[in-house]
Amino acid sequence: MVFMHELSIAIGIVELAEKEAIKGGGTVIESIELEIGKLSGIEIEALDFAWPIAVRGTMLANAKRTVTSPPGRAKCADCGLIFDIENLFDSCPKCNSYLKDIFQGKDLKIKAITIDG
Amino acid sequence: MCNTSTPNTIIISSPGDANVNSHHHGHEHSHSHDHSHIDGHGRVIELGKDIMQFNDVGAARNRGYFDAKEVIALNLVSSPGSGKTSILEKTLTELKEELNFYVIEGDQQTMNDADRIDALNIPVVQVNTGALCHLESDMVYEAVKKLNPKSKSVLMIENVGNLVCPSKFNLGEDYRVVIISTTEGDDKPIKYPDMFEGSDICIINKIDLLPYLSFDVEKAKDYARKVNPKLKFFEVSAITGQGMDEWYKWLKSIES
Repeated sequence: MVFMHELSIAIGIVELAEKEAIKGGGTVIESIELEIGKLSGIEIEALDFAWPIAVRGTMLANAKRTVTSPPGRAKCADCGLIFDIENLFDSCPKCNSYLKDIFQGKDLKIKAITIDG
Repeated sequence: MCNTSTPNTIIISSPGDANVNSHHHGHEHSHSHDHSHIDGHGRVIELGKDIMQFNDVGAARNRGYFDAKEVIALNLVSSPGSGKTSILEKTLTELKEELNFYVIEGDQQTMNDADRIDALNIPVVQVNTGALCHLESDMVYEAVKKLNPKSKSVLMIENVGNLVCPSKFNLGEDYRVVIISTTEGDDKPIKYPDMFEGSDICIINKIDLLPYLSFDVEKAKDYARKVNPKLKFFEVSAITGQGMDEWYKWLKSIES
């Protein structure tokens, strides 16, 4: 069994991008910029696999896709230190607390699209 | 002409239904357009929009419905085989005189789990997700409409057995309950951190088997706390009933 929530998400991207493109008066989406944080729970490889299936026959069929993947950043809830995190279970390097506010790296966003016209 | 993309049929049904109602999930692109010219002189639209809004909007709608009707909704998630359905059966059997339960069963295929719940005379709707590995908020919305729960009730949503994908999909629940069992590795919480990070409750099931296994309960809890220091734990055996009273007490406390 293949677990592929990335396909659902790819289709979600297509639906959102098309809606916005139509709102902007476009008929074709030439390129799309995505932000997929390192802690977003999305495997880029799985998204790559799902992408052609999701865009087939849509305004994004020939769109160039660029992805930025911001690394995880967190603020320790105990000592206030701001630090990089690679895993959701990383602790504060200064006071070792696991209580933290992750403020970067979890986002899944369409940053921009380029439409015709 | 474009007719896309992944024809996957979601089936939402109750035990005994003559005709199941199914709907295609999402994606019918009926517009047609010319893809041939991309000249690179396009117009950029800055969006900065959250991709998950396709699910989150529906989750917010579910949440509004639950709040208005005073329905407490729980989203039960786990790997396949950790005992979600057994915990549910035991809980419903023990508490059905005290709480009004409704159940949504999510599985890729079969009515088996719904039939188990139906045997307890609890209103249940089965959602078969087909190729999909998780429930999404719109499926829960359709299932809830079919259940039409009374106010002041408890809705148990048993997600598809999968510790990865359901973590990304808010269903509008009040609490997410992640279940692991002692027959799994005690490092599950750091192998699948996303699920534990987004959960409120962690049930450790099959503790009656501990004497025969190398599973270290404290280690599992430590790992889980590293991911999510706010997690609340219950250690239970759905088969022997060990530890279930604490879980029942908590359930009754959130309902009132």
